[in-house]
Amino acid sequence: MIAYLIRRILYALPILIGVNLLTFTLFFVVNTPDDMARIQLGIKRVTPEAIERWKQQHGYDKPLLFNAGAEGAKKLSDTIFFEKSASMFVLDFGYSDDGRSISREISTRMWPSLVIALPAFFIGLMVSITFALLITLFRATALDATAVAICVVLMSISMLFYIIAGQFVASKLWHWVPISGYAGGLDGIKFVLLPVLIGVVGGIGASSRWYRTIFLEEIGRDYVRTARAKGLSELRVLFRHVLKNAMIPILTGVVVVIPLLFMGSLLTESFFGIPGLGSYTIDAIQAQDFGVVRAMVFLGSVLYIVGLILTDISYTVVDPRVRLQ
Amino acid sequence: MKWLACLSLLLLTACDGGLWNNPYPPADNGKSIFYTAFTERPKHLDPAQSYSENEYVFLAQIYQPPLQYHYLKRPYTLVPQAAGSMPSVHYVDKNNRRLADDASADRVAFSVYEIHLRPDLRYQPHPAFARNAQGEPEYLALKPGDLDGIHGLGDFAHSGTRTVTAADYVYQIKRLAHPDIHSPISGLMAEHIAGLKSYAATLQQAQKDHPGSFLNLQDYKLEGAEVVDEHTYRIKVVGKYPQFMYWLAMPFFAPMPVEAERFYAQPGMHEKNITLDWWPVGSGPYYLSENNPNQRMVLSRNPNFARETYPAEGEAGDREAGLLADAGKPLPLMDQVVFTLEKETIPYWNKFLQGYYDSSGISSDSFDQAVQVSVAGETNVSDAMSAQGITLSTSVATSTMYMGFNWLDPVVGGDSERARKLRRAIAIALDMEEFISIFANGRGVSAQSPLPPGIFGYREGEAGINPYVYDWINGAPQRKPIAEAKRLLAEAGYPDGLDEKTRQPLVIYLDTTSAGMGAKSRLDWLRKQFDKLNLQLVARNTDYNRFQDKVRRGDTQFFYFGWNADYPDPENFFFLLHGAQAKVGHGGENAANYSNPEYDRLFEQMKNMGNSAARQAIIDRMLEILRRDGPWLWGQHPKDYVLRHSWLHNSKPNKMANNNLKYLRIDAASRDVLRRQWNQPVRWPLWLGGLALLALGWWLWRALRQREEAV
Repeated sequence: MIAYLIRRILYALPILIGVNLLTFTLFFVVNTPDDMARIQLGIKRVTPEAIERWKQQHGYDKPLLFNAGAEGAKKLSDTIFFEKSASMFVLDFGYSDDGRSISREISTRMWPSLVIALPAFFIGLMVSITFALLITLFRATALDATAVAICVVLMSISMLFYIIAGQFVASKLWHWVPISGYAGGLDGIKFVLLPVLIGVVGGIGASSRWYRTIFLEEIGRDYVRTARAKGLSELRVLFRHVLKNAMIPILTGVVVVIPLLFMGSLLTESFFGIPGLGSYTIDAIQAQDFGVVRAMVFLGSVLYIVGLILTDISYTVVDPRVRLQ
Repeated sequence: MKWLACLSLLLLTACDGGLWNNPYPPADNGKSIFYTAFTERPKHLDPAQSYSENEYVFLAQIYQPPLQYHYLKRPYTLVPQAAGSMPSVHYVDKNNRRLADDASADRVAFSVYEIHLRPDLRYQPHPAFARNAQGEPEYLALKPGDLDGIHGLGDFAHSGTRTVTAADYVYQIKRLAHPDIHSPISGLMAEHIAGLKSYAATLQQAQKDHPGSFLNLQDYKLEGAEVVDEHTYRIKVVGKYPQFMYWLAMPFFAPMPVEAERFYAQPGMHEKNITLDWWPVGSGPYYLSENNPNQRMVLSRNPNFARETYPAEGEAGDREAGLLADAGKPLPLMDQVVFTLEKETIPYWNKFLQGYYDSSGISSDSFDQAVQVSVAGETNVSDAMSAQGITLSTSVATSTMYMGFNWLDPVVGGDSERARKLRRAIAIALDMEEFISIFANGRGVSAQSPLPPGIFGYREGEAGINPYVYDWINGAPQRKPIAEAKRLLAEAGYPDGLDEKTRQPLVIYLDTTSAGMGAKSRLDWLRKQFDKLNLQLVARNTDYNRFQDKVRRGDTQFFYFGWNADYPDPENFFFLLHGAQAKVGHGGENAANYSNPEYDRLFEQMKNMGNSAARQAIIDRMLEILRRDGPWLWGQHPKDYVLRHSWLHNSKPNKMANNNLKYLRIDAASRDVLRRQWNQPVRWPLWLGGLALLALGWWLWRALRQREEAV
């Protein structure tokens, strides 16, 4: 397995370089270093000299990808792309264009994101799986049809609607929880309840339908018939046998998402005033802060690759027949 | 049911006894704290760098420039803040000989501003001033490892203070030229403060010669700023520049202690985001005690703030409005100001209605809920707001939002009579009053010139209208009929919107960055206005960067733009149309690239004058030229609407001053009572929900049993 992991990590390097190059190219197709300087310096009374000085200080006065005027390897290394990218592979994200440490910002903002995302994810997973198993139990009945219809309705509603409706009913109308805000420790519970609940409810529709499909596929297999023949109750068949055997397709979709929970949710965090990572990238794009954009895209890619590797590992846990070679 | 009970218990334990939706700690109840919100995190809190309204909200409370605007008086009046009295100004010629106070501008080589500071100003508590038992600075020579466990200023065990001196003000002026600070006004001030340009070059060279070392500005002398004694300094300004007095009311000219720069420049500080750009050091009424721009920022009362009292006089009507009730009381009147990040308008608005914010603006979504317009056209709060004791104040912003014609464009630009008539026809057709009514809920005033109300030179009534677009009928300006616009269009060579030579319809290109909600309807409305003249409007939508680039290169024909005043002087608006400020060729602020030698000559004359009848006469002539030429479609001056709760006192809109928080007073007891009244939790849905869940569980259990039995 170690050899497999090393191989996967080595495969990841060209992917990360590619993602970085793509981000760089897309960013600088839309923005120029001059635009970035103007955003930072403000639009009033900015002189060309001030723009040049800013670019020089932030290392944006060099060629983007290829330095024709340099010698040897410096043709590639004495460029904005190389200087801004190389350090990221040792997870040194440097500073944002307004001078703040990006690593520090990420380490501060990821915790509030996790406080919302982790409970919403795990509670949502448990609720969806249980709900899907129950629908499976009542398959081909009116209850099944009704539940599927409810799922379709739930998944058709935008997350924004859940948030606004949740805030309106729970916070504005019934005064149960604060409309928005955040606090650390136990004081934070009242701020977290509603976003977590909305995260769970908002995800039930799609995931329950997906899990139901998986369970229905499993329920027709021979081992299920055998289990029933042994006299096991239907609930036991479902929760003990069907669930266990359906874990591989479930894990495929679930484990890969876990590392990405660090990245937070833009909508939820914006509306609930959660100081997480969700809006960090969007804010950076609006502020044309290349430092933050490249760092967040890079981090997202790394986490996605980590998620894929974790998914592979999880297969070996739930199915002993799977070997990573 | 168990989880429901747990949820209820959690809610009850985690919230202040009774109010479950209170976003603030229960311990804050009854305290004199002002709660407000910010929608965008500030980029810079360094007074030499910051130039944004959302940053000045913080900086203006923390730093003390020499001057400030009188809180209540109108028109806007400068009064001393850190200065003991208004600065004295004298003029000298090129040989440094003193000139008479009324010397003509061409004889004046330099204006010398002498500023006497109050001797009792002291800085906020800060570790940069802390001293050890031997009386040496405690934290100015930190060794590696000393910053372990330090994450913010509050983690330093000791702090200190010291008197604010003239040297600190001079030091800050020098910082405007610092190569690493990128002050947005360094270019402008280099033209005005004697020697600042060469000083900047000297500093750049010094930095190159000693890379990586602390650049001590005290080692380099600046001709234009000198310390006279501990509490007096002089600034030498090139020529006559009376507007310089207004700059002295901005944080750019606040004091900066060199200890602070030394403190923050130490290794390891930047990595921890402990920088001067993030943690200001001031002597104002408040200091930044909590700085988490992703969540909340807190200003707390500066215990070292020098005595300042609430003003004893204002303008007519202020006494009746209760704005002088606190006259003579020491400032600030509140202990703390809590700013919470609210990116979305819906939570912000709802929290204001629940009493968790003390004041609020009005978004378009909430306008109908908040405001009602009477038959007589008076705006007031709606009945629902009124029942909550909420009051409304309105004020016209010292801004102008306009649509510019590029003077360099062969069709709409230039000084020809043909182009002038074409621009005038468009100006008549484009019904700005309708625009304000539809897209701004009436929150704006049609502009008659670049000058907004409240700025010297602005005239009310018939004398103030643009006679090329409006008639004065029944005591009010009325837009000229569309027939007049059509006549002008025909005279311009476009009868019925067709080019009389080619018989092709005239196409006008609008360069815009419009995006998001409402952009399409605004564009449709604009097309409708042009349809009145049978003209075709083509929108060239682009992103903000490309738009700015096009404006800089003069590749536009017709475009939206706006300007917020830096200071309340007509020069700050008229310079936007000065030929020497053209974007093309000069890189200035004249986006329309307008050029008229007569206007430029009058501008040069007007800009150095004090407000007087003679200045008004020149302004009238300048306005006549602008209205005749019509390089802008004058657009509108936005109107700000602010709602406030009954417990917030002394709130009066002041569009120039940003240091207003020290004047506000909160009746915290009244706020607590009303909050309790408005936010009692509704419990019945909890019980009903619990019962429903119980019933569902029972029904499910039965269904399961039946299913098991069936199988």
